[in-house]
Amino acid sequence: MSQAAAQTDDGWSRQVHALAGEAGISLVATVPDAGLTQLLRLCSDDDRFRVVTLSTEEEGVGMAYGAWLGGTRSLLCLQSSGAGNCINALALPAFTRSPCLMLVTMRGQEGEGNPAQFPMGRAVRAVFEAMGVVVMEAMTKEEVPVLFGQAADLAFGEGKACAVLVAQQVIGVKDFAK
Amino acid sequence: MTAPEDSKLKRREVLAGILAARGDALAVSSLGTSTYDLFAVSPAPENAYLWNAMGLTASVGLGLAIAQPDRRILVIAGDGDVMMGIGSLSVIAAQAPENLSILVIDNEGFEETGGQAGLSAFRADIAEIARGSGFRETMVARDEKDAARLADFLWRRTGPVLAVAKVGASSDGPVYPCMDGPELVRIFRAAVLGDASP
Repeated sequence: MSQAAAQTDDGWSRQVHALAGEAGISLVATVPDAGLTQLLRLCSDDDRFRVVTLSTEEEGVGMAYGAWLGGTRSLLCLQSSGAGNCINALALPAFTRSPCLMLVTMRGQEGEGNPAQFPMGRAVRAVFEAMGVVVMEAMTKEEVPVLFGQAADLAFGEGKACAVLVAQQVIGVKDFAK
Repeated sequence: MTAPEDSKLKRREVLAGILAARGDALAVSSLGTSTYDLFAVSPAPENAYLWNAMGLTASVGLGLAIAQPDRRILVIAGDGDVMMGIGSLSVIAAQAPENLSILVIDNEGFEETGGQAGLSAFRADIAEIARGSGFRETMVARDEKDAARLADFLWRRTGPVLAVAKVGASSDGPVYPCMDGPELVRIFRAAVLGDASP
């Protein structure tokens, strides 16, 4: 599946958008990724959400903490490369036992056309788990909303950092030949 | 550029002058000396003391400013913290929270780690970077006369605003607020949200 096709395959994005609303999330921080296009558009078009574009992903970890202190629930949407940028920042939710809910679209997996993406793609789970993040990986589009709902419950119910990884096979593979 | 050390602004005096007029404002301080100073001059449950995550103080302030739009948020951060998260100034300018003020305690170095020179000791001008990032109003306080304007600037101007206070090395020892992370969250949320639940 091409990246363009992925952007029209919005089933999981609609479900995550609906679940985010139900979970009381009102702040969405992101460094965008093609696989997040639909979800970010749905949130931008919905008055219940404020979408904040970041310069680097760890800012979203800081924002999640500040928002939580002020009584607001947030979601950080990022590409897998950005997981590495978040490492030291994740000490903040770990130390304070605060929620940090993340949705990560994966690169550097099966079918990846850019070999430079492999090192970070392979390291995402290890990096997150080393920082105490609960990692759940959706290998099919049906799994995305199921795991997102579980992650939101765990994040906001128990003050955990949780990341739902959306496998590259779900979002499609970027075609560098095009 | 380098004034004699004893003629430079003293960080706790500057901070005390500002925080005396804080009203019901919420404050966020960067790890290290800024956290000690905030606790020393204005201890309050409405203070979010950071103990880690260098570079994120302004981002924490932004999240808080969005969550609490009816209260003024003061970010108190060292020059090293602000430089590490310099991109967040562009994020804040884009979001334009009217209730967010940033005070950069600029000692031009890394006091916690032995006083090594920081980037603002060389060519970096944090107020100019803030302007280039989209902040409409910035100011730099270098002496007592400038410092007397800081409180008015930080509390009364429409945010986001950023002030840099050029200070000398701290002459005061560290004083430590609570170092229990979940307890810090509980205290702050109870004060601000009236909500003691986790």
